[in-house]
This record gives sequence, C-alpha cells and structure tokens, in this order.
Amino acid sequence: MASHESSYTPKNGVEKWFDDRLPIIRFSKEHLMDFPTPKNLNYWWTFGGILAFMLVVQIITGVVLAMHYTPNVAMAFDSVEHIRRDVNGGRIIQGVHAVGASMFFAAVYIHIFRGLYFGSYKAPREILWILGVLIFVLMMATAFMGYVLPWGQMSFWAATVITNIFAAIPVVGDPILQLLRGGFAVDNATLNRFFSLHYLLPFVIAAVVALHIWALHIPGNNNPLGVDVKDGRDTVPFHPYYTMKDLFAIVVFLIPFAWFVFFAPDILGHPDNYIMANSQVTPPHIVPEWYFLPFYAILRAIDFNILFIDSKLGGVIFFAGSILILFVLPWLDTSKVRSGNFRPMFRWFYWLFVINFIALAYLGAAPAEGIYVLLSKICTAYYFAHFIIILPLLSRIETPKPLPASISEAVLAKAHS
Amino acid sequence: MIKTKSIFAAILMALTLAVTPVMAAGTVEIAKQSWSFGGLFGKYDVNQLQRGFQVFREVCAGCHGARLLAFRNLSEEGGPGFSEEQVKALAAEYDIADAAVEGGTRKGVAADRWPTPLSSADAIATFGIVPPDMSVLAKARGTTQPFPWWILNYFTAYQEGGPDYIHALLVGYEEEVPEEVHNADGTPFTLPEGKYFNHYFPGNAIGMAPPLSDGLVTYAEAESGAVPLTVDQYARDVSAFLMWAADPHLGARKEAGFRVLLFLILFAGLMYLVKRRLWAGVEH
Repeated sequence: MASHESSYTPKNGVEKWFDDRLPIIRFSKEHLMDFPTPKNLNYWWTFGGILAFMLVVQIITGVVLAMHYTPNVAMAFDSVEHIRRDVNGGRIIQGVHAVGASMFFAAVYIHIFRGLYFGSYKAPREILWILGVLIFVLMMATAFMGYVLPWGQMSFWAATVITNIFAAIPVVGDPILQLLRGGFAVDNATLNRFFSLHYLLPFVIAAVVALHIWALHIPGNNNPLGVDVKDGRDTVPFHPYYTMKDLFAIVVFLIPFAWFVFFAPDILGHPDNYIMANSQVTPPHIVPEWYFLPFYAILRAIDFNILFIDSKLGGVIFFAGSILILFVLPWLDTSKVRSGNFRPMFRWFYWLFVINFIALAYLGAAPAEGIYVLLSKICTAYYFAHFIIILPLLSRIETPKPLPASISEAVLAKAHS
Repeated sequence: MIKTKSIFAAILMALTLAVTPVMAAGTVEIAKQSWSFGGLFGKYDVNQLQRGFQVFREVCAGCHGARLLAFRNLSEEGGPGFSEEQVKALAAEYDIADAAVEGGTRKGVAADRWPTPLSSADAIATFGIVPPDMSVLAKARGTTQPFPWWILNYFTAYQEGGPDYIHALLVGYEEEVPEEVHNADGTPFTLPEGKYFNHYFPGNAIGMAPPLSDGLVTYAEAESGAVPLTVDQYARDVSAFLMWAADPHLGARKEAGFRVLLFLILFAGLMYLVKRRLWAGVEH
C-alpha cells in the first residue's frame, strides 16, 4: 500500500527546482491527499483526525494562556482568574483549554477502544500501536501537570498525592520525589517545573504523533473488516473522501465541546479547585480528573501487602502495569483475525472489558470504603485477567467466522443484500 | 447490527463521562433553586444583583473579602448595572491600602479591588480562622445529586450548585440541635463550643454565626412590598450576587454559546451533505 506511484508532477520550472531539493510538496500530496485509504472505514475511524485537531486546539489556546499566566504560588490562582475576568476573550480561551483537556481524553479513549475492538494493534501495526500508547502516557503527564497550574486545592493535593506515588519505588524513590517536586514538599519550585514541562510536552506529543502517522502510512489503515487491502478497488484517496468525512466528524465533535465551554465550563472540574491551594487544609475527598479515574481506582485497589512488597509499592506496580501492559498487547492477543466482528467469543469479552473499565472509573471516584473496596479489587483483577489470561486463551480456543476475500467483495455483498 | 453496536458504545461512552461526580453523600440533600441565570438563556436579574450587593456590602463584607472583585465591575455590562458615577462615589467611601502614598492608605477609585476587611492576623485573632474570600466562592461550593440524577446535569448544563449551596447554608441554621440529628455511630449530636448548628454545612457545626435575620437589610424597593425582607429573600439575592462575582460574564458567554451552537449545527448539516454527495459514487 505504501509503495504507490507518486502522482505529483511539478507544473513549472520553479516547482521542479524546488522538488529536486526539498520534495515537501510531493510528500504532502502523497501523504495528505493521494494516500490510499480503505473505503469501508466507519465513523470510529474519524477520531484520529479529531485528536490531531484537538492537539492543535490545546497548543494554540495554551500558548495564548501562557502569555497571561503567572507561575508563582502567590499569583497563579489569581492570574487564572485574571484571564477569565479581564483578558479579552480570556474566558473562552481558558474554557476551551480546560474543557478541551476532557474532550481530548474522551476522543483518545474512543480511539484506543476502537483499536482494541478492531485489532488495530496486530501485525504489521505493532509499532503504530506502541507509539499510540506512548502518546497516551505523555498526554496523561501533560494533563496532570496542566491541572496543577491553576493552583487550586485539587491542583495542589493532586500534585502531592501523585508525586508521592514515586516515593514508593525502593532506593531511588525519595530522590525522584524530590527531583519532581524541586524540594521536600509541593511548592513554588514544583509549580515552576510543572509549567515548564507542561509547555514542553505537547511538542513532544506532536513529534510522536508525527511518528505515529508515519508508522500508520507504512502498512496503511486497518479497517472494520480487518482484512488487508488487496488492490486499488479497496481504497479511495484520502483527499477529498476522508478529509471531508473527518471534517464533518470534527464539526459534530465541536457541538458537545461548545456545549460545555459555553454553558457548563466547570461541570467537568471540581468546585474545590476554586479554592486557592492551601497546604494546611486537606480537602475531604481528593478526586482526580475523570479521565484518570480508572487508573486511580487500580492504584487504590492494592491496599494489602504482597509478600515483601508493601501495599503502597504494590499499588504503584499495578498502576504502572495497567498502562505498561498495553505496550505488549500485540503479543498477548495472538489471534490472526483482527476485527472483533469475526471473533464471536472475543466480542463478549471485549464488551465485558469496556464495562469493567467504566466500573473502574466509577470506583475511582467513589470513597474508598465499604463495598467499593472489594469491587475495586475485583475490577482490577479482571482488568489484568483480560490481557494476561482471556486474550491469550481466546486466541487458542476461538473459531473465528470466515473472513471476506477482500474489502470490495464484502462491500459489494452488503450493498446487494 | 453495526448500528445497535454503535449506539451501545456511544451510551457506554456517555456513561464514562457521567461517572465523574460521585462523592460521599452529604448530610442533607440540597434542593435546586430556580435562578434567573440558570439554563441556556439564563442571565442575571439586575435588580436582584443590586439587592444582593446591598446584602453583601452591609452584612458579608464586614468579615469576608472579595479580592478579585473590582469596583469597576459593578458598572460593567451584565452586572448589577450601577452607573460609573455611583461606582466612583462608592469606591471613594473605602480606604485602600497603598504603600506608594503617604500614610499608606488613600481613597478608593473604580479600578481598585474590593478591600479585605480584616488582615489575616486580625481575623485569626478574632475568629480563629480567616473567613473565606468571596470572589469565587459561588464556584468553590457545589451540591451533589444521588445517582442517577446527576447524569442529567450534563444535559441541562446545571452550574448553579454554588448558589444553591450558599442559599441553603444561609437558611439552614437552627438555634437548637434538632433531636433527629445523630453522629455516624448513633450517639446524639453535640455542638462544639462556639459553633452553630447548620443543616447543610459539612459536619453540621459552623463557626459563622447566623449572619441574616428578617428585616436586617432594608431594600430601597421594599416599600412597594414586592420584595419581602426575609432571610430566605436575602439568601437568594446574595447567592445570585456571589454567582455574578464569581462569573461576571455568564450572560454574554451563554448568549455567544447559543449562536456558536446554532452555527455548528448548521455547519455540521452542510458538511454532512458535502460528505454524502462526495461518497455517493463510492460503494462503502
């Protein structure tokens, strides 16, 4: 698929001269316009474009916010309010950036779960998937540090709780903790380095996104059938077919986005973050942003010692493991069939996994008491069992449904049935 | 087949969004009040903001600061609608700390921020704590609804938890601890020394004495009898005022939002037609 003939011919001498030296126009035409894309992609595939758009939105609004923001413990809280109250258009820019973080994560979860269902992590797309997981990890780090910047109570206590996680690591834990905080407690030094890194990481993300797209353009897109593209009849050029479809999806995505920005900009946050950070007062419930809740539930679920590993370190191991396990997913699910549509057993377990993940999110927000503690442990166990036991086992015992010979054959069969 | 699955998946995604605000149950559920600034077309009621400002100024501002609120905000569009002259005269009634002038204080001007009445040291000496700053207080408080009702909040854009809470708090005082109130272990609730009983304050024991009483503030417009001089009315008005102080551009934001949504829906419709026309010739 990648080895298609370039359709670019320089129109005049200047273009020819330029093309011989830096073929960037040729490259753009090949990869942004002519790129052959399976013609049967459904709307779940539009979230890649939506995510690229969201990254740009976050970077542009973020750069403007940085012009007005003051990274100092005495002034940060008021400077964010200053942006909301006094900066021209500030309340919209700040609202877009804050709500945008949530929308970004909503889109990335859909994107990841689409990949999980349609087997987009399987050969030959392992590197594409691994880069995607890496972007997800970078996004989490960026969002976490961004949440600290307004310097409200939740900002401060989230920073305290999350940096504390690193202290559980044997031997090097305490030095790492102090390096992260820039001291013994979360303070001005922490705020400054988080601001610096929060500005840096989005550009690292952008670079990894470029690699992600590069790795996508070698094997080409997966598709809902999960069968390889056989010839030109299976594909359409990316432009205008998918540029216009993605643009439509982006506009639709902007509707709930705008709904939150203009009508409920604070509904995705926590009221406590409108109280300026105070190291002397601990909020009654320290709750992370919704997009961290499943992983927060896993962190809290390990409240018991495992042999010589104490509960704190155990929690950190499971927390890190819950994300790291995604890196090796391509080698855990060894079924040759990609799409869940042709895997009758996998489908059930996929949806169980989705429900379990949502249950973890619910438990991450619930107080760590009563029945919630037990449920967290069960859901955490199931999360790992899905990857370590269920997927490898399914690959061996499942009989997949017969695959269509090609995309165009399946598409025609559907159209004429 | 694919369709039902897509819908199923979309509902699951919506549910993930919806699980966010699960918090421990409060003591008593706080009822949602009807506010002029609620809903898609909400905007502040100028008269209510003026009354609320009067309550704030005559009652709250004795102890609480509002350091992010500038005098000039009071004459800005969407606010209590005072004239610039009124604001100038009002600001001049206050002494503002300014290290650059002789004596350390000067008369206030419209650009000044609302002065904090007590220094932290004085406040701690008097009350034991610093009374919370009121600039964004209405956003720093909230209410919780039991499952599944809070899911609706995302669809109604409910953002009035702060004023609902403040209103409830101000009307939620009792002189005596009610008999039905018990500790978690079933023993009768006893009020610590120097605290007051409040139904809605977390833990029920609040340090602030009941700040309002019927007839405490005399509204200029009360002569007609249209606005009762009751604790409930004061609480309502000052809650609305505090919401404005926390979110002064709410009205303009919602108005813009309505236009943005209209545009996006129209744009999405057009883009859908473009997409359909383009793909009409492709079996997919």
